[in-house]
Amino acid sequence: MSLNGKSIDLLRWMKSNLFSSSLNTLLTIISLWIIYVSVPPFIQWALLDANWVGSSRDDCSREGACWVYIGFWFKQIMYGRYPETEVWRVNVSYILLVGALIPLFISGFKHKGLLTLFLLFVYPIISYFLFIGDSFGLPLVETSLWGGLFLTLVISLVGIVASLPIGILLALGRRSSMPIVSAISIGFIEIWRGVPLITVLFMSSVMFPLFLPEGMNFDKLIRALVGVMLFSAAYIAEVVRGGLQAVPKGQIEAAEALGMSYWNTMGLIVMPQALKMVIPGIVNSFIALFKDTTLVLTIGLFDLLGTIQIIGTNADWLGFHIEGYVFTAFIFWAFCFGMSRYSMHLEKKLHTGH
Amino acid sequence: MSEQVDVQPNIEQSISNDPMIKLNGVHKWFGDFHVLKDINLTVNRGERIVICGPSGSGKSTLIRCINHLEEHQQGQIFVEGTELTGDLKHVEQIRREVGMVFQQFNLFPHLTILDNLTLAPIWVRKLPKKEAEELAMKYLERVKIPEQANKYPGQLSGGQQQRVAIARSLCMNPKIMLFDEPTSALDPEMIKEVLDAMIELAHEGMTMLCVTHEMGFAKTVANRVIFMDEGQIIEEKEPIEFFNNPQNDRTKLFLSQILAH
Repeated sequence: MSLNGKSIDLLRWMKSNLFSSSLNTLLTIISLWIIYVSVPPFIQWALLDANWVGSSRDDCSREGACWVYIGFWFKQIMYGRYPETEVWRVNVSYILLVGALIPLFISGFKHKGLLTLFLLFVYPIISYFLFIGDSFGLPLVETSLWGGLFLTLVISLVGIVASLPIGILLALGRRSSMPIVSAISIGFIEIWRGVPLITVLFMSSVMFPLFLPEGMNFDKLIRALVGVMLFSAAYIAEVVRGGLQAVPKGQIEAAEALGMSYWNTMGLIVMPQALKMVIPGIVNSFIALFKDTTLVLTIGLFDLLGTIQIIGTNADWLGFHIEGYVFTAFIFWAFCFGMSRYSMHLEKKLHTGH
Repeated sequence: MSEQVDVQPNIEQSISNDPMIKLNGVHKWFGDFHVLKDINLTVNRGERIVICGPSGSGKSTLIRCINHLEEHQQGQIFVEGTELTGDLKHVEQIRREVGMVFQQFNLFPHLTILDNLTLAPIWVRKLPKKEAEELAMKYLERVKIPEQANKYPGQLSGGQQQRVAIARSLCMNPKIMLFDEPTSALDPEMIKEVLDAMIELAHEGMTMLCVTHEMGFAKTVANRVIFMDEGQIIEEKEPIEFFNNPQNDRTKLFLSQILAH
């Protein structure tokens, strides 16, 4: 009886959602056909016919995907040329990060503020010394050896964490009543938004050193990081400005009427509301930034995608680039999808019914 | 009702000849539009003044100048002897002593009612959190909604929100309260609860400036009613005189229009 009822519900749902008009029926049929011709063969290739274990290309039948390839190069894909004996340092930092993040998602946890401060200010310092070494008895690992997913995460996390506050300040600056502050903010934002990221990276790696006095030089990774950070900040600034404009003027007036200072008004009243409204836009920028980190390949830094391209040219393993790209795509998708879900969760959580 | 009649004479006595607010020849323009024309007004401690007039007459602008939400361009405004200039230090100092209630409530939607009330005491008055919360609960009880403390503004009715807004201002322990059409955005059945809270405040001797069309409130509470039109103060009288014996034609017209129904 209940089963019968359910199937009638299903039919009704299908009728109203899939076959409500002749055009929709046509679209449904086309979609089904596309799914039919693409999904089963992909599953066949990626899962059913795939080879999972082995240590060389001879272990792959080549009828399906050769995941042995990914397994063989896994260390390089994850850490680039980071010395194998030192990889534990990266892992310790990962564990620290995940360990500190988990309590933030537990609703009853009391010291969230402290933990956030730790993540923002202490964790980066610990990680910096872990990664680079050359102190506390750890051997030096030059940034030119950093690579793979590790480098992608370093660039994108530093970019994300640093660009948000810079972007917020730029957005406030742009709306400032002080002409010099607003002119500087507008100039900065428009210059950085007006150039492609690839140009920024080239400038930072090729042009910038030419302007420096002789003998003075910054690490290439740091230059790229600053470039990515400022580039992203300009976008964040515009997203945040959109949110600022959407906060009713009455909110500022109410705060001012209570005698609150500019920074208190902005920090306690305007920003929380503005940021909440632009969460989708901010996360959108972060996702774009995460994917744009692949451009560092052009200045000789080997992130996840760069590493995949390099190992694709290895003479022993020619012809497996499809597996490499599919795997890279999957990792990028997993991170971006995670960010997107988290932003939806955040929006729901912060909704207070206005 | 009888309580009001009893109490009113007592408050009358508390008015002293001690000017809290003084406006000397204040002018203001919005672009080419001359909103305020030569406004002269003195408000003494404990005085309750109702400002009325047709829309666009500058009455909101006038009280918004008193806490510098609008800047006047000519003339002088003194609040408790301190002159309002562009100097932010003075402005913030005066705003701490002058509470304001807005037509649209302007509660902070992302904060609970309790946080709405404690925010300024904590950040501006530097009160410890616990003290601020006790203070907040005291005023929430006074406006008769302590049970709403942990809700968000969006979950309250308009009348409740406006009472919270009054309590929020009172938490700063202001010496003067400005009301900018506090009941104009409310459904009719909620007007009384807000007016009651304001009447109670009047009984406590608060200095009040109120822009409103609630003539009943003006009659029971005000010491003086000011009628404004086209940026000028046209008539300024005690309520009984004002309603029974208006002198200016524009005042007569206005009164006939709002008292007609």
